[in-house]
Amino acid sequence: MQILLNGETRALESDATVAELVESLGLAGRRIAVEVNEEIVPKSEHGGTRLTEGDRVEVVHAIGGG
Amino acid sequence: MSDFFQDSPLRIAGREFASRLLVGTGKYRDFDETAEAIAASGADIVTFAVRRTNLGQDAGEPNLLDAVPPERFTLLPNTAGCYTAKDAVRTCKLARELLDGHNLVKLEVLGDDATLYPNVVETLAAAETLIADGFDVMVYTSDDPIVARELERLGCCAIMPLGSLIGSGHGIQNPYNIRLIIEQAEVPVLVDAGIGTASEAALAMELGCDAVLMNSAIAHARQPVLMAGAMKKAVEAGREAFLAGRMPRRQSAEPSSPFAGRINA
Repeated sequence: MQILLNGETRALESDATVAELVESLGLAGRRIAVEVNEEIVPKSEHGGTRLTEGDRVEVVHAIGGG
Repeated sequence: MSDFFQDSPLRIAGREFASRLLVGTGKYRDFDETAEAIAASGADIVTFAVRRTNLGQDAGEPNLLDAVPPERFTLLPNTAGCYTAKDAVRTCKLARELLDGHNLVKLEVLGDDATLYPNVVETLAAAETLIADGFDVMVYTSDDPIVARELERLGCCAIMPLGSLIGSGHGIQNPYNIRLIIEQAEVPVLVDAGIGTASEAALAMELGCDAVLMNSAIAHARQPVLMAGAMKKAVEAGREAFLAGRMPRRQSAEPSSPFAGRINA
């Protein structure tokens, strides 16, 4: 299946969870936040949240700013 | 602060802070310089931005939150770069998730790229939504006292008018408006944006601001760490001068030494 990840199309195994996506990006355990279709997915729910075709996923982190 | 004088702490949304200088984390050479400058500034509250993670990056790449650990500082996520209330609200929710439920945010909704002037219509809408969702909102706004009053009425926990345009270093262009905002406000007022050098930070505090927020003035100084220390002193000096109360201005001179006892009398 395909999802839109940080604005770019990405192929993903069907039924992948948010936790599996984060793991595949090498971001497990990092200070990030995840939003799917404009709704926050709390860390505690990454393992239980399955992604579906066409989901719009945002993965963000803190950067320098004023 | 002097040994003989203990100021009351800065109080924002029920939290107390010793430092009245808030600093940003943008525009530094690297995270080492960021951490050194923040240490020299003595700031307790440190603001940062939220952006898409660069995917495919080296997983060992340093993270801002390692340089500025949330255990040591009160991290203040901002909504810089947001031009609509909707984007600002989404950004705040992402930040709250990023910081494990921490709900203090700096709301800024911008109007255009050239001025980075706040869009107060979108700012008011975002503030209302965020406050209803349980956020404590410190709000960047114009130096319009009526807008400031409206933001406070909505429940913002700090009003942060610009001194001049973000990153301009033009100081406080309308001190009379800043005074008007301070005089009517019952929540802390901070000048946020425009400070260029130490005297301008002192002026903000002498006007009666509760604190000052800055980034470029430190990060873009030739020696950022030195400037961070200068700003710490300026904010403390300005605060003490405000509390002490300046002498009245006079039209004519008045000697400091007595007339009586002069040798030519």
